Amino acid sequence: MVYKFKVPCSKSRLGDIREFLQRVLSENAIPEVTVNTLILAVDEVCANLIIHSHNCNPDEHIELKVKVSGNSEITFDIIDRGDGFNISEYQEPSISDIVKSKRKGGIGLMLVRRIMDEIELIQGKKKNVYRLHKKI
Amino acid sequence: MVEIKNSLENDIFTIYVIGEVDASSSIYLDESISDATSKHKKIIVNCKQLEYISSAGLGVFMSYINDLEEQGIKLVIYGLSDKVRHVFQILGLDQLLKITDSEEEAKGIVNGV
Repeated sequence: MVYKFKVPCSKSRLGDIREFLQRVLSENAIPEVTVNTLILAVDEVCANLIIHSHNCNPDEHIELKVKVSGNSEITFDIIDRGDGFNISEYQEPSISDIVKSKRKGGIGLMLVRRIMDEIELIQGKKKNVYRLHKKI
Repeated sequence: MVEIKNSLENDIFTIYVIGEVDASSSIYLDESISDATSKHKKIIVNCKQLEYISSAGLGVFMSYINDLEEQGIKLVIYGLSDKVRHVFQILGLDQLLKITDSEEEAKGIVNGV
């Protein structure tokens, strides 16, 4: 089963993305704590793209495709037309450095990496696909 | 969206975080903690009605860890649901922040009991 959702690049629409994911995942009998972490990972990638790749421009859009395979594997595709940011090559800061520097950002992609089994960026001429896999 | 409420009882300042803290709403949590830490030494954060937190919200709590230590401010988070608590656990932030189950325990800690 494939579920699709398209949303303007505005931070205020992150809640709509989460609602869409909640609806999709609750159809598939996944435990609540797992559902929440999957929603979190997708929310983090979307927030990063909306803020950093699209400067919160609501005239631009990101698309979501969620594919549930036989109740055991889920693939989330987050599709945009920005510059493309390679999550898997991202150098993680350490938690202690973040605490020391008192900065409020920088742990979103760490969460995505801990939550998902596999993350890939498929870069095309016109669009980027950020693909997140999780085995349930 | 998030709603933040406050109350002061004796010298314990309570911040109630209600709803969802994400990249669009974490600024309100930040303002509220910033304001509280400038005026109070004993702060408890009631998260019984916190339904969701993303890295933006976790980042707000993390950014105050050093200030709390340096300024001798006690801040305890309590009442997290299982799913929200799990988000704090993914990166081990539950070890860096003071988190308890109940309001009584939170008050005990800020009172040095």
